[in-house]
Order: sequence, then structure tokens, then C-alpha cells
Amino acid sequence: MTPLLEIKRVSRFFGGLAAVMDVSFNVNKGEIVGLIGPNGAGKTTLFNVINGFYKPSRGDILFKGQRISGLKPHRICRLGIARTFQVVKPLQRMTVLDNVVASAFLRSDSKREAVKKAEEILEFTGLSSEKDKISKGLPLGMRKRLEIARALATEPELLLLDESFAGLNPTELVQSIEVIKKIKERGITILIIEHHMKVIMSISDRVVVLNYGEKIAEGTPEEVSRDPLVIEAYLGEAPAA
Amino acid sequence: MDAVAIEVFLQTLISGLLLGGLYALIGIGMTLIMGVMKIINLAHGELMMVAMYMAYWLFVLFHIDPYISVFIVAPVMFFFGMAIQRFLINPVLRVESILPENQVILTVGIGMVLANLATLFFTSDYRSTPVKYASDAWYLSDYWRDSPIELSLSVPWTVSFTISVVITVALWFFLTKTDTGKSIRATAQDLEAAMLMGVNVERMRLVTFGLGAALVGAAGCLFIPIYYLYPALGGRFTLIAFVITILGGLGSTVGAIIGGLILGVFESMTATYVGMGWAPVGRFLIFIAALIFLPGGVASLLRSRRLGK
Amino acid sequence: MKRYAPYIIVVLLALLPFSGLSTYMMHIIILMIMWSVIGMAWNLLGGYCGQVSFGHAAFFGVGAYTAGILYFKLGISAWWGIPLSVVVLALEALVIGFICLRLRGPFFALATLAMGEVLRVTAENLRDFTQGTLGILIKERTWVEKTWYYYIILAIAVLTYIVVKKIIESKLGYYFVAIREDQDAAESLGINTTLYKTIALVISAVLTGLAGAFYTNYMGYIDPEVVFALHDISIITIMIVMVGGVATYWGPVVGAGIMVVLAEWIRSLPRIGTAHQTLFGVLLILIIIFLPNGVVGDFSKIKRALGFGRKV
Repeated sequence: MTPLLEIKRVSRFFGGLAAVMDVSFNVNKGEIVGLIGPNGAGKTTLFNVINGFYKPSRGDILFKGQRISGLKPHRICRLGIARTFQVVKPLQRMTVLDNVVASAFLRSDSKREAVKKAEEILEFTGLSSEKDKISKGLPLGMRKRLEIARALATEPELLLLDESFAGLNPTELVQSIEVIKKIKERGITILIIEHHMKVIMSISDRVVVLNYGEKIAEGTPEEVSRDPLVIEAYLGEAPAA
Repeated sequence: MDAVAIEVFLQTLISGLLLGGLYALIGIGMTLIMGVMKIINLAHGELMMVAMYMAYWLFVLFHIDPYISVFIVAPVMFFFGMAIQRFLINPVLRVESILPENQVILTVGIGMVLANLATLFFTSDYRSTPVKYASDAWYLSDYWRDSPIELSLSVPWTVSFTISVVITVALWFFLTKTDTGKSIRATAQDLEAAMLMGVNVERMRLVTFGLGAALVGAAGCLFIPIYYLYPALGGRFTLIAFVITILGGLGSTVGAIIGGLILGVFESMTATYVGMGWAPVGRFLIFIAALIFLPGGVASLLRSRRLGK
Repeated sequence: MKRYAPYIIVVLLALLPFSGLSTYMMHIIILMIMWSVIGMAWNLLGGYCGQVSFGHAAFFGVGAYTAGILYFKLGISAWWGIPLSVVVLALEALVIGFICLRLRGPFFALATLAMGEVLRVTAENLRDFTQGTLGILIKERTWVEKTWYYYIILAIAVLTYIVVKKIIESKLGYYFVAIREDQDAAESLGINTTLYKTIALVISAVLTGLAGAFYTNYMGYIDPEVVFALHDISIITIMIVMVGGVATYWGPVVGAGIMVVLAEWIRSLPRIGTAHQTLFGVLLILIIIFLPNGVVGDFSKIKRALGFGRKV
């Protein structure tokens, strides 16, 4: 069976600098794959390449066996890849509900359908009580969850989560982890960037480690956390798991 | 091509380059403000108009040569620019509104007020400054008797061009060698990093707007001996400055210089070969062409050459 | 009650010519309605979709000249300019959109400004086609009375209001606002930002062009300086929307009312009349600093300032 997402020897240069260098890995249907690495390792850049904000300088990206590298972000989203942003980008002056409705239109024929879907998703992500609030005023934890809700509203097969846990307090963290697990139960595949080691090691099926734009390890959380290269890369930061 | 055609062509090219040098000075001021403040100053041409009236009255009332008044007008414009930044633009940076273009619209308002006040005080008459050397020129045949073609070099145009080159070089030294200059460049490149490094961003904004106004003020003085003056010319030069910035690449100083030269030559060519009235159309055509074919401006070409990509 | 307000207003406006207003007053009201149309059209693109145009004169002028040239070159009634301008403006907006919409924010604004200027200079120089700066004069006026002009522009305004409202409440409206709030986020949520920005531009341009074609018929004379004017068309349009309230349904209407009255009043003042741009400029600056969301958008703020608001 072809993997859901295939990253094939992808590089991305800025000027002369390689932000991502010759990275290959696959994401299979139903998995949660963690993407980790020290700051500046190229994780978000890789997301931007997958999602279509950047074209890969070299290499290919395949989604369900179909080449998607070079397509515009909105096309890639329509094919079934949604993402969140590390620096949250809520549609600030819209209400929480409208934020999600705007994305739900992608696969809805009518406004009524879009609103219905959006309300369902807000329920699912635990944001129902906030739906009439203007999204700008929400606390960070809510905004991060709104990002997830919005991405879900496009009904993706693959969800790219960029640091959805960063800056959350312990209660919010627990809630968000619950949400991620529920998303997996729905059969949505997840590729997640995360700094919070405990979280990533506990929820991921597999982990890919980047350092200086290159892949240095891939495997189950246990394998990766024993890998000497990974330990070296994280030396100076908090030790992995 | 016969001799006359070559003569016309070369003469057009020369006047284009001379004009372009002055355009560059206007463009650099605009591009500096754009780089540091991330706003487009749509009152740029009006600032130049104000400077030109200053130079004009300094000449008429006190018989100060426009080339001397550069040293008076540019500092005055510097403080004028700082005041605009401090009392008008800064407050708006803090105002919450739906459209971020508020600041740009604000500069439009400032430009309207300046242009209209100039009309009120000085009427909308065209004025020119009767400097003695206005129509002096150097002729090629004076230096090379047997020259097959005749070319001339207007004295005031050449002097203005030379001074604008000197100012540009001085500016380059200021931006690359002094602490303030380096801080300005740092602010333009990466606001947050500059703040972390302890750059006083607020002050840099003041200085930059002042500097931009001073540069366009100097350009105004240099235009005085060779151009006529009327209150509405501001809008025209604002557009020119903007076209240069797009042509050169947003926020790029070198780009602005090259953009200015290209625009000068192109306008001069359109005026000679298509017709005077069409020069503005030529200006916009090159602008549109740049938008479509060279969205990053000349600066993007320079960058890709240097990095060999 | 609030739900019926638009209907009541339309009925009242429809009855207005029977109230025995002077010709001058009718003229002022016609201008207000015409500017409301332009303001609403601009608001769709600028206020809702976030693409601030500094060059709506490019659309107004082409609409006006579509009507003018039909009359002057082909000898057809300039009223045909109204239906024809829909097609002409849609094509023009596609071209301008192709060039300008690749730019973002203030750069888009300035590119549109340049477009307005390009068209003005072109109209001045294409003398065979437009009579250049001489302008086009419509010798046979359709009506001496203002009444029918009034009903025509009122119909265009009602149409514009309905179009804008329907769009904003539909999927298009959600997409426009999403694009305004964050273009990258919108794109990554599956919104084809280029397509939807183009749609907003085309609709806005067509509505503005209708006002332009009406203007030719109503005023009976156009020239490039007037209909492609940077300050007196493009900038005034922005001011109308900002004064009234960006991204509100009634903002442009309120703004048009205020600006037209203000302009007439300033022009009537002895000696100060020539300073109307200074006063407008100062007004613009004050509004940006103190009422950034306009009279309608900042209504609660105004009430509070005047002491009517509830103390919170």
C-alpha cells in the first residue's frame, strides 16, 4: 500500500543556505508522526514546503501517490492536507464560529451545511462555549485549539500540526492532547511538530528527527530517544524524554 | 543610422541619465522610509514641493543660489520630517483599525494639505527660478573641433547630477560606517532582532523619516535651477518615487539608484521618440512591466547574481 | 424594527421627489446617492476583502467614458453606457487585477493608483477617441427635471446595496473577510485567494463603472481631469468609506452624505472655498487618528464621547 505522504529527497534553499537538506520519510495512513529537532532545524520550513507555501528546491512530495510539490496551498488543502501555524493566525476580527465556517465552506454546498459542520467541530474541540467571541481576544490555548478546529473543518486526511502545545498551561495541555487523540480515532493522519518532548513521545507512533535541515533519525519514540545522534543534537537543551 | 539620428539618440541618453541621477535621490529617500517604517510615504513628492518653494524664496528674497540652499533646506526638511513622524504617523501606528493601510492614507492626507496650502499661499502659477546659468551648456565641438556629431551638456543639469551623486555617496558612508546608519539598516532588515540588540527603534524611525525628507528636500533644491515649480507637482513626483522603488526593489538603496537611472532614460526616450505627452505613460508602462516580469525589482536580480542561484 | 429599516428608507427615498424639494437639493441628493454607490463598491473590495484601492477613478472614469464614447463616436444614446459598462468594466478589472493583485497591502494600493493615472494620461492623449482634455459634451440632455435621474441612480444604489449584502452574507463574504484578516491562513484553508480577490475586484469595478456611466448622462460633460481625478475621485472614495465606516453596510451611505454636504458647504464659504482640500486633508488625518472605524463603526465610541453611552 502506498504511504499517505511521501517526502522524497526534499531540499529547500534560501539564497545559498539550505533550510531543509535531502530529507526523505513517509507518513502512513492512521499514524501520528512526530517531527522534532532543535530550534532552526527546518521543521516549519518543511511544513511550508509540504503545504505549498514554498516550492521544494529539489525533490518531490507525493500525497496518496500523486505529486503535489509545486501546487498552490489552496489546491493542496483541497486535496486533503490541512495545517496549523506555529504563530497562530486566527482571522482576528471574525468570531470563533465564523473562523471555522469560513474553512468549512471548502467542502460544503450551502451556508447552512457549513455552519452545521462548524458547530459540530467546535463541539468536538471543546470550543462551543466560545463560539460567539471575537477570536482576537481569546487566550492562547483557545487560539491554538481554534487553529486545529479550523484545519479540521476542511475535512483533511492529513493534518499538519505546528507546535499546537507550545505555551499552554497544564490544563490546556491535557485538553489538547485529548483532542489530538480523538482526531486520530476519526481516522485522520497527523504529522506534528512539537517541542514538548513528553507529549510527543507519548502520542507519536513514530518520530522523525531533523537537525540543521537534515534527517538524523527516524523510528519509534524509544528507538529515537536512545539514538546517540539525537542525544548529541539535543545536548545543551533539555535531554530528550 | 545617420549622424543626426545618432546625435539625437546620444543626447536623449545623456539627458535621461542626468534626470535619472536626480530621480535616484528621490527614490532613495522613499525606499529608506519604506524599509524602516514599512509604510509608503505618499507625501514624498509634496515634501519635495515644499523644499522647492523654500529654495525658490531663498533665491528670490535673499539671492541664495539653490545649490547653496541645499545646506539650509535639507536640515530644515530633516526636522520637518521628524515632526511629521513624531506627531502624525506615530500616533496612528498605535491606533487599532480594520485596514492597516491607514498610515498610507494618512500620508495622502498630509500630502493634500501641503499641496493645497502651497496653492493658497503661492497660487497655482508656474514659477521658474531665473538663475544666471540656467541655459549655459558645454558643447562637444568646443573640446573636439572635428567631432562628427554635436552633443551638449547643460551646466545646471550636470551640476545637479554631480551633487546628487555626492549626496548618495555620503549617504552610503553614513549607512555603512556610522553607528546610527548601521542601526537604521538593522531596523530595516529585522525589526525584532534590532530591538533585541538594543537599537532604539522609535528613534531610528524618527531619524529615517527625517533623512528621507532631507534627501527629497535636497533633490528639490537640485531641481530648482532646471525645472519649473507649481504646487501640484508633488503628486507627480510621489508617483515617480514609487515607480522607482518598485523598479528597484522595495527597500533596496542600490535598486533605487538603478531604478532611478532606468526611469530617467526611459522617460527621456519616450519623450523624444513617441511624444512629450506620452512620457508619463512610458513611466507607467515600465512600472507595469516591472510588476509583471520583475516583481522583486532590480534588487532581486542583483541578489540572485551574487548568490549564484 | 431594525429589520425593516432598509425597506422604510427605500420607500421614503422613492417618495422624496414628491416633497417639492428645490432643484439644487435634488442635485445634492443625487450626488450623495451616486457617491454611496461608489463607496459601497469600494467597501466590498477594500473594507471586506482588505484590498485597498487608491485607483477607483480608473473604474469610474472608464464607466463614464464608455457612455461618453458611445454617444460621441457612435451617436448612440449615452444611456446604453450603463449596460455596456458592465462588460467593459469586468474586462478592465480582469486586466488590472492580473497586474495589481499579485501585490499585497500598500503596494496593491499604489499599483491601483498608478492604474488610475495611466488611464487618465491615456484618455488625455488618445485625442481621436476621447477628444483629449477638451472632454466630451452631451448636447441633447434627456431630461431637464432631476426626477428621473434621481430614480435611476436610486435604483442603481438599491441594486448595489443588495448585491453587497447578499455577497457578504454568503460564502464569498466569508472568503473575502478571511482574505482580509490573513491571506496566508486563508490560502492554507483551501481558499484560492487570487480567484476571490479577482472576483471582489470585478464586482467592485462594475458597480463603480455604473456610477461613472450614470455621471456622464447626468452631468452631460466629462473630461479626463474630472473623471479620472486622483484626489477628487479615488481619494474622496476612500474618505467616504473611512468617514462612514469601513466594512459596514451603511458606512458608505453615511459617509457619502457627510462628505457631499461638507464639500458643498466648504465650497460655499467665501474665500475658504479654495482651501477645501486642506480641510478635507485635515479631516482625513483627524478621522484616521480618532475615528479609525468611521461614524458607523465607532458609533458607540461617539455616543460615549457625547455622554449618551452607558458607563461600563
